Amino acid sequence: MKQKDFLGRRAIGVTALGAALMLVLAGCSAGGTGQAASEPFTGEYAGPKVELSYWNGFTGGDGPFMETMVSEFNAEHDNIKVVSNTMQWTDFYQRLPAAVTAGEGPDVGVMHLDQLASNAARNVIVPIDDLAKDLGLTADDFTEDVWNAGVYKDARYGIPLDVHSLAMYYNTEHFAAAGITEAPTDAASFQDALGKLKAAGYDTPFWMPTRWPSHLMNLSVMWQNDGEPYGDDGATFDSAAGVEALEWQRSVVDDGYSPSDVAIDSQYVAFKNGETSITWDGIWQINDLAESGLPHAVAPIPTIGETDAVWANSHNFFLPRQAKADQNKVDASKVFIAWMSEQSAEWAGSGMIPARQSVRDAGALDGLPQAVIAETIDSMRFLPPIPGIGGVQAETLEIAVADGVQGTTPPSESLKKAADTATKLMEDNKASFGG
Amino acid sequence: MSTKVGERVLPTGRARRPSASEPGTRKNRGTQQQGKATPWLFLAPYLLLFGSFVIIPAVLGVWISLHSWDYTLPNKPFVGLDNYIALFSPGSTVFGPFWGSMRATGIFTVLSVPLLLIVPLAVALLMSRKFPGRDFLRAIYFAPYVLGVAVISVLWRYLLDNNIGLVNHYLGLLGLPDDTAWTTSTPAAWVALVGVTVWWTLGFNAVIYLAGLQDIPIELYEAARVDGAGPWMQFLNVTLPGLKPILSFITIITLLASANMFGQSYLMTQGGPGRETRTAIYQIADTGLRNFQMGSAAAMSYVLTIFLMAISAFVFYIFREKQPKKEVRS
Repeated sequence: MKQKDFLGRRAIGVTALGAALMLVLAGCSAGGTGQAASEPFTGEYAGPKVELSYWNGFTGGDGPFMETMVSEFNAEHDNIKVVSNTMQWTDFYQRLPAAVTAGEGPDVGVMHLDQLASNAARNVIVPIDDLAKDLGLTADDFTEDVWNAGVYKDARYGIPLDVHSLAMYYNTEHFAAAGITEAPTDAASFQDALGKLKAAGYDTPFWMPTRWPSHLMNLSVMWQNDGEPYGDDGATFDSAAGVEALEWQRSVVDDGYSPSDVAIDSQYVAFKNGETSITWDGIWQINDLAESGLPHAVAPIPTIGETDAVWANSHNFFLPRQAKADQNKVDASKVFIAWMSEQSAEWAGSGMIPARQSVRDAGALDGLPQAVIAETIDSMRFLPPIPGIGGVQAETLEIAVADGVQGTTPPSESLKKAADTATKLMEDNKASFGG
Repeated sequence: MSTKVGERVLPTGRARRPSASEPGTRKNRGTQQQGKATPWLFLAPYLLLFGSFVIIPAVLGVWISLHSWDYTLPNKPFVGLDNYIALFSPGSTVFGPFWGSMRATGIFTVLSVPLLLIVPLAVALLMSRKFPGRDFLRAIYFAPYVLGVAVISVLWRYLLDNNIGLVNHYLGLLGLPDDTAWTTSTPAAWVALVGVTVWWTLGFNAVIYLAGLQDIPIELYEAARVDGAGPWMQFLNVTLPGLKPILSFITIITLLASANMFGQSYLMTQGGPGRETRTAIYQIADTGLRNFQMGSAAAMSYVLTIFLMAISAFVFYIFREKQPKKEVRS
């Protein structure tokens, strides 16, 4: 509510829409549908000086590290200057299609694996098969899911940089005080650890978030219970596996290991302040926690269900569609992607796990905290490459999980309702994206 | 025939008229020498902006609302009234979220508007008295309004956090319940959203009230006192009637601003718990800009617009001036 905005305007309830419409107008006028020309990639750029606009969403503990790498790239390349534009990922996925449609998109960017199909279907990003070939990237150097998710309708759209998963962070001081010597690995040892921590005076050792990353915890445990969130005929996250996962999340609150109604981000802040002993968060927070000086350690999340599984995602480089193809910029962008892919060992310093097996085998993770997480790479699970799945999940599963954890709706009921909606939305998406 | 001739004469006749009129009346000549286009020329800059940012989008919005419109896709099939029908069909995917958000907007408006009308009036009445430090206090009350919605929301999100926030901490020190989930449960979230909004924007309404209070002639108060009216009677019979024109202005803009609330719930509660505090504008922005369903979002906008127009008309009706006695300055 911003009252000064309303002085010159009466009864127009289309604030948001107004902005949207301008985008539409801009989109119509840009009208360029020309694909970025794909000439053979030589690996080097010898053309005139270019400036590349590089969009990404590294706002966490990984951000400063990416900035350093960009500076290094700029220092090594006299005729290419990469200017990065970092924004929250949620804003990123909203702005990128708008900017590209308006002909104002970046020259190169990074997005998540589960967004590649959506953006390929929306014609926001262009195929880069030639680049993958020229970089000498092949399927056997990657986890199958990661490699295949970059392909939409037989064309490759993404060059995987890393994989990153959920992990368990724990306060080593609290663990020592409670007499826990090893990180819990399954439901029983996890329960045991919570009990010991509580007995040692840590009243709420494991804060259960209601929002991010609660749905990622739900997906992880659902996969551990051998469930799948999405099938060929729509959403299946209301299966017994999913309900059981959400019931377990709620039980952490009911059993008193977590306060109720944890607000967004406060479980992480509480962990950093030493108010809670365990938190599950992404490995991208490794540097942030290291800097905080908190005595902590990282371990794979325990297997609450039957099978080892953990939610994971992957950052992929892409080239956006351009209104006016500038071959120099395209070539320079490819040089940038190639350089980054080759330096993915260095990127491991950001807390991420390099996507390429060859890089991992060469010792990129030696001595790094996420090395223990990388060992579980075969149990990492990714969302299927279905166009529009990100938006569907945000509107359905995320809210159902929040309701379930807060206890406002029984898990089975909230998931059932959300899954029905998700299935309908997925059918709508199928129709609009042409299957 | 004669009328036709008359009509034809007019254009030339108009040019001749000034010389025919009396030479002394400068005012007359001034207006008549200007062509019919003059007012339009003066209006042009505003009309251009109004046209391109209000009229054209509003008309285009109707067009979009009749399509399944995803601006990133080449095909935007015409669907007729399907977007509107879906909004009114209980089984559809948009029905629940949309009417839930309309309900949230309604709750917020009903709770916040009375407070935003009364509290700033009380503040303005206090601030119109003469006492030491008055200007300083006036600035203090207005200060939050200069902050952006992002600043105040993030600030209060942390202050109000149920587990790590300062508000609950101090409530606890005072011996009050310190476990209220201000941002993650209802109705506490509504208390938080309304409270923060009142704190944030009361300065704006108070300034307008202050201007209005200074417009009421002091003689009226003197006359009332002579008639034996105490402070309360003076307030009822002099202050309130004197503020009536301003009251209608404040009521309308406060109503519209409250009905368009978005930033606070987006940033403080993320629409939660669940989607309870997700307002109509939030839902429209989410549908149109995040999920690219512009057609459906446009239809929602029009339904909301119709509601707001009806409410505005009702407020105008209540505050209608039967006989304007006093010049309105606002």
